[in-house]
Amino acid sequence: MSKHGMTRRNVLRNGAGVLAATAVGAPMVHAQGTGGTLRCGFWDHWVPVGNNAIRELCAEWGQRNRVNVQVDFITSVGNQNLLTIAAQAQSRSGHDILSFPTWEPASKADLLEPVDDVMARLTAKYGAVNPAAEYLGKIRGKWVAIPAVSGTQYKPACVRFDLLQQHAGVDIRAMWPAENRVGPGADQWTWANLLTYAEKCHAAGFPFGMPMGSFTDAVDTVGAIFAAYGASVMDARGNITVRGNDKLRAAVEYLVRLSRFLPNDVWAWDDGANNRALISGRSALIFNPPSAWAVAKRDAPQVAERCWTVTTPAGPEGRFVPYLPYFWGIWSFSRMKPAAKALLEFMSERTSAEKQTTTSNGYDIPPFLSMSDFAVWANEGPPTGTIFNYPIKPHHNATASIAFAPAPAEFAVQAYQQGLNTKVVARVAQAGETIDQALAWLERELTTIRRGG
Amino acid sequence: MAADGTIAVRDAAEITGGRANSLQRFARRRSTIAFVMTLPLLAVIVGLVAYPALFGIYLSMLNRRMTEFVGFLNYEILIESETFWNVFFQSCFFAITAVLLKALIGFWLAHMLHHIPNNKQRKWRGMLLVPWVIPPALSTLGWWWMFDPSYSSINWLLSIVSVPEVPWLGHHWWARIAIIMVNVWIGAPFFMIMYLAALKSVPEQLYEAAAIDGATSWQRLRYVTLPMMANIISITVLFSLIVTFANYDIVRVLTNGGPRDLTHVFASYAFQVGILSGNIPRGAAVSLFMLPFLAVCAFFVLRGVVRRNKEQM
Repeated sequence: MSKHGMTRRNVLRNGAGVLAATAVGAPMVHAQGTGGTLRCGFWDHWVPVGNNAIRELCAEWGQRNRVNVQVDFITSVGNQNLLTIAAQAQSRSGHDILSFPTWEPASKADLLEPVDDVMARLTAKYGAVNPAAEYLGKIRGKWVAIPAVSGTQYKPACVRFDLLQQHAGVDIRAMWPAENRVGPGADQWTWANLLTYAEKCHAAGFPFGMPMGSFTDAVDTVGAIFAAYGASVMDARGNITVRGNDKLRAAVEYLVRLSRFLPNDVWAWDDGANNRALISGRSALIFNPPSAWAVAKRDAPQVAERCWTVTTPAGPEGRFVPYLPYFWGIWSFSRMKPAAKALLEFMSERTSAEKQTTTSNGYDIPPFLSMSDFAVWANEGPPTGTIFNYPIKPHHNATASIAFAPAPAEFAVQAYQQGLNTKVVARVAQAGETIDQALAWLERELTTIRRGG
Repeated sequence: MAADGTIAVRDAAEITGGRANSLQRFARRRSTIAFVMTLPLLAVIVGLVAYPALFGIYLSMLNRRMTEFVGFLNYEILIESETFWNVFFQSCFFAITAVLLKALIGFWLAHMLHHIPNNKQRKWRGMLLVPWVIPPALSTLGWWWMFDPSYSSINWLLSIVSVPEVPWLGHHWWARIAIIMVNVWIGAPFFMIMYLAALKSVPEQLYEAAAIDGATSWQRLRYVTLPMMANIISITVLFSLIVTFANYDIVRVLTNGGPRDLTHVFASYAFQVGILSGNIPRGAAVSLFMLPFLAVCAFFVLRGVVRRNKEQM
């Protein structure tokens, strides 16, 4: 044995050398293979294939950066996402990244990692985000969450162009063509004129499907009308501005008049009722993202091919489009903050945003105004170009709006969730109160909300 | 057993070679053993009942951001809120009306079933229990389709006989009636089965004696059946009152509290204020508001049960 150098001592020495090399090398290999696990809880998309884009983007980024990205999709049905957020906030544990609905970043601001650095890089690249997203995501001067693409929606008007033409004499496609320009008569697309159109369509048996209950479609649309009339109920400092507010009175008066030409059960409509009104062919106009049209495309193609989405009418103070965004936030107790920021930055880039919007058939709205030119909005149909005017485009001269802005978010969210703007109209139109009585009630409710910090 | 409760085994002093070991004596006491054996149950009660209840009370005394103790401020704010008093009225109206109707319908159904021969009773019992067995959220969704503001199937049926459309969910009184109807539909079978069990336990001889005395059917019901069922009726009503007061899913699915917050009950309003509006302390205060009322009800009902038991002994 000794002749060939295969002594017991040599075998042991070489074996120990191999073991030592393996032990020293192992962590190096490990570190190159994975940068840990990033746990993400994204919103479970309405559109059946809507989650695919998120899944693919996370996989692509994870592979490139050697991070194991674990993706869960949390539904908003039954407010499951809100309950998850509340539970994780209480227990200080859970996902690293979560999708936060509209008001949640403000509500959980103290528990969210500031993302000013990410937003600074993104705005340098793509320009400003819309003001409503900034109001909801930038709390006390700091961005606490990134305005998300997935799940974010506008609620412009989805019009049955044939019915509006036939009964109100308005050629909405000529007014708002699928081009980057306004058509003839676009200046007539105002809330004041909409009242006339509503009356005519109501008389013809095709009333506008505008809910007036306390669900989000109702609160958002009424909020946009309030904004178009310059009516706010609380200022940015939290002072109640109901008393002696002529603009607020004008907005309420307008809505009371408009409600006479709506179906008489709109006070009980939920967020699906307006969709059903359009799809069943009973309504000439609703305010909704293109999801109603998308369902009609599947279930009632003869209705879908007569739909045309246009921006909202203008009021005395401008044109405001209801906006309901989602945000991507990183918990402050996350141990993967740098990786989480890098992933969210990647998902907010133009190519990633376009992928999400295209996969969702144009439903998802990126927060950057410069991203309103994705091809999907021009190509979707039938009829081709039907959702061209779904995102806010420069020629719309419109602003994204969220009801109860500019009130401090902690008060606005309570007024929003309780649907105070629709209720004040309902108290006059349905319960027979005077406007003064209804506004006095509104003032008392806002005072209650403001008390207790 | 010794007077102090220790088990009569060999004296501990003998085991430890003559030295009295107080720890061993303590461990052998019946009360100690009983305490140790109830520890798992106590742990469950403390962990799943006492802690959440106390935490809920603590939460209701914080400010919105949950950073500061504000005492009873949330309760004060609620008392001064017009909407909250609407919720209070609706909760009481809903719970009391629904429980009364469930009790009456359940009692009537139990009587009907009791008079059906035993071999034919089973299929009726099974069929009548179906509403109670289906998950409420699911059955309420079915009712919602029937009440749907625009496409109500009930209205469609009414229109066949030229009855005008009923705004089931659009007008607050109709919406309140709709909510109570669904709750009664779901809950009446529970009363029925409880009352049926009670009816079966009433001795037949009492009815025979009453018949010999010439009692009418009303007198048999008033002086035999009802006194014999009193405890079951009380306990069932109390149990149902608690569950109905805390009901959430029917209101959430049917009306979401609308129109104009006039159909909210404590649970749905607490969810709206606490979770949806991000004011968890005030939401906790709303949900705790029903506690004293239910505690008072429970006290009187249980006291009645104990009294009747003593009288019967």
